[in-house]
Amino acid sequence: MNARIRIAALTSLTMLVALIVASTYWQAWAAPDLANRSDNSIQQVSEFTIDRGRIFASDGTTLAKNRIVHAGGQTYYFRRYPLGSLTAAAVGYATQTKSRAGLESSANDYLTGADQTLAGTFKQIGDRLLGSTIHGSDVYTSINLRAQRIATQALGSNCGAAVALEPSTGRVLALVTKPSYNPNDVESHYNRIGKITSPGCTPTSPLVDRATQGLYPPGSSFKVVTAAAALDSGRFTPTSVFQDPGYCIEYGQRVNNFTNHDQKGPEAFGTLSLATGFTDSVNSVFCNIGKRLGMHNLMNYARRFGFDQKPSIDLPSNALAISGLYQRSHLLSPTQEIDLGDPGRVAFGQSLLLVTPLQMAMVAATVANNGTEMQPHLVDRVRRSDGGIVRIKPEELAQPIKPETALELTQMMESVVTSGTGTAAAIPGVKVAGKTGTAENGTGQPNTTWFISFAPADAPRVAVAVVLQNQTGTGGMTAAPIARQIMQAILSSAPNSNS
Amino acid sequence: MSARTRELAILVLVGLITMTGFASVYIARQNEISAGSLSYAGFFFALYLVAHFVGRLTVPDADPYLLPMAALLTGVGLTEIYRLNPTDALRQGLWVVIGVAGFSATLIALRHDFRRLESYKYLFGLSALALLFLPALPKIGRSINGARLWVHVGSLQFQPGELGKIAMIVFLAAYLHSKQEVLALGRLKDFGPLLAIWGCAMLVLVATHDLGSALLFFGIFLAILYLATSRLLYVGVGMTLFLVGAAGVYETTAHVRSRVTIWLHPWTTQPVPCPTRGGLLMQRQECESFQLVKSLYSIAQGGFSGTGLGKGTFTLTNGKLLIPDLNTDFIFSALAQELGLVGVAALLLVLMFFVVRGFNIALSVDDGFSKLAAAGLTFGFALQTFIIIGGILRLIPLTGITLPFISYGGSSVVANFILLAGLLLVSQRANEAR
Repeated sequence: MNARIRIAALTSLTMLVALIVASTYWQAWAAPDLANRSDNSIQQVSEFTIDRGRIFASDGTTLAKNRIVHAGGQTYYFRRYPLGSLTAAAVGYATQTKSRAGLESSANDYLTGADQTLAGTFKQIGDRLLGSTIHGSDVYTSINLRAQRIATQALGSNCGAAVALEPSTGRVLALVTKPSYNPNDVESHYNRIGKITSPGCTPTSPLVDRATQGLYPPGSSFKVVTAAAALDSGRFTPTSVFQDPGYCIEYGQRVNNFTNHDQKGPEAFGTLSLATGFTDSVNSVFCNIGKRLGMHNLMNYARRFGFDQKPSIDLPSNALAISGLYQRSHLLSPTQEIDLGDPGRVAFGQSLLLVTPLQMAMVAATVANNGTEMQPHLVDRVRRSDGGIVRIKPEELAQPIKPETALELTQMMESVVTSGTGTAAAIPGVKVAGKTGTAENGTGQPNTTWFISFAPADAPRVAVAVVLQNQTGTGGMTAAPIARQIMQAILSSAPNSNS
Repeated sequence: MSARTRELAILVLVGLITMTGFASVYIARQNEISAGSLSYAGFFFALYLVAHFVGRLTVPDADPYLLPMAALLTGVGLTEIYRLNPTDALRQGLWVVIGVAGFSATLIALRHDFRRLESYKYLFGLSALALLFLPALPKIGRSINGARLWVHVGSLQFQPGELGKIAMIVFLAAYLHSKQEVLALGRLKDFGPLLAIWGCAMLVLVATHDLGSALLFFGIFLAILYLATSRLLYVGVGMTLFLVGAAGVYETTAHVRSRVTIWLHPWTTQPVPCPTRGGLLMQRQECESFQLVKSLYSIAQGGFSGTGLGKGTFTLTNGKLLIPDLNTDFIFSALAQELGLVGVAALLLVLMFFVVRGFNIALSVDDGFSKLAAAGLTFGFALQTFIIIGGILRLIPLTGITLPFISYGGSSVVANFILLAGLLLVSQRANEAR
């Protein structure tokens, strides 16, 4: 019988060895993937035993700090957001039960100290074995609190968003969405967030960051992209001549200027240049440009600016929307764009086109930065618990247009502010370049209004995009003054004072 | 050095390890528990000294490693239970006292010749059935987590199936030993009593939803049948019948289907109907597979070195437990988080060592009944370990069953101490014959 007992013994030992192998799989091989799962509350709770790094505005004001709680024999570091809703869109929240959002999610590796050097990693393992607290790294953002405050006030009770970028670096100077929420309520007073209402919009969706996730028809603000395509492709110049009968014929049907609330001057302009058509926002001019360029060329330029893909910014990817042509909430592929898109209408920002404020701010910043698009980013630098500092270097994303094109566009955008539809954005003593947008949402419906701009036009320090939902006025009347206040706030701060 | 002196030396070492475990829990959680708790380790050591001295008197030549290994496993279990819930540890301590009493009683009662048990084989078979059937009785039976396998008298809860397992192994060993020759011929009538008793046991287990025990009984049955008859064919037929039976049960029982679904697809990206919430649509990891998934997170959280005893995360900060049944069926995932892969591997090696010693006894003893009993008990021990930890690690579908010596639970502790006594008795017989 002993031979059979040996077989039974071997079978038993094989089963136990299989258990060791399976443990190795879960604890070594699969562990990193499991740690990243959103329902892994064990990981999320245990991360609160780390002295999480703090988050600062560019002037050193604390945006997120820790509150020490002793429970169940452990020390936990819970989050407090001293400024409440002011920077909620950028900073987000970190909680036990509702996971994370904003920088609290995308910069989690920094904040939990997982970004260590080799020596730091060994020290952490030592800390862990000895049961000492692990310290995360502090994150310094590029947020200019002055501009952030002024933008928040200026947006008031509207539903909308504003984004301000530093054109030469891509630093995000302000990121505002309205209505917003208080991140301190997420953990234990979540119902308060559900009760937030706003007269300006339904659903109110305070947790949605309208600046990066909100999709709106860009209206005439998209004419910057159309003009960029027209000029950069060499097919047109600012002095190219157009005939404006007050409408443009598309597929045998009239597309009237009349529907363009943004337009300045008479309904029919007669003979005019591209530059004048831009300054006064004449739809028929751009309709004709769109028809001549065709959907393919127009969208190719849009893609160079970053349309049709998630913008590259240091925020969680689930909080970013793609700008492009949409049909029934589905983004169209390049071939579908050609089949279903209407180049004449897309050229002045209507039809199926939907964009995010962040994308439009990137367009303005690219024109401001001589045609070079910088990667937008919120994290300026990181200070490790050992005192080491990591600076985030500005990165070039793309070169969508030639410097000459950017210069021509700048001049046209300047005349929008000096003598066109955007005079409300003028700042005394500063050259401002801008473009208005007033997008229709169907007959009888209120408009979505825009202003995208940068200043000073000859040495840009700030590029801004402002969007407002449910407006009766035009972009020039509603959004331009807000953009002006944001630009003024940044221009009055010392240049690059905090990086 | 005599076998018992060696046992004592290893026991002292185990006592020190247990002391270290309690001390590290105390250090990690001293604002929650008092220094008096360290006396647990001392009390625990004293208990094992009693067991040791009973062993000295009754089984002087038996294997010197089994008792210390059992002590180490119980010590690890008690430490973790203590860390999770000090009140449970007190109760578990009482059960260990009863377990040591049962251990001593078994040794003393059977010290002259345990083989007389062989002649009471039907008594064992029928008591196994009776024990399995107890929880199904209306007044004293109780259902926990959909499985009706508990008996409660007053405030005491007891899982009689654990003792039923040992009775069943004794029955199988005795019956198959006495019928060894005729059974190998393969005449159906010789199988009658065997199939009747064993079949009833399976029926009761499936009917009470105790799938883990059903699997365990089945495995033990096939193993002893093979050991006794040397007919691999029986194992093959048994496996085939098992698969057919399992498929049948799968088709007819929603409870079983759910276990298999959880095993194969614990995570879903799309919401699916949740049976326990009236078909409400939610992701499976938030519903049926909640426990398995959270336990896997706990294991993964341990990584290589673990968080350290007392430093693991098992609750939200408001004290809400994240993994249900943590100190019974899921104690392995608590240990895996706090001790890490290093600790888990060490624990499994101790279990393997116990199994090796058990089979070693079966190999060295010279009579068939003793061989079958020792091998059966050891195989049952290994299979039970595999069924619960394998279920937790998603090697097989998860079925609730206790982890020998480690899990919180009185019946399990008492049954395993009696199993240990049985192995020592066989070992004594093997060694004294030399």
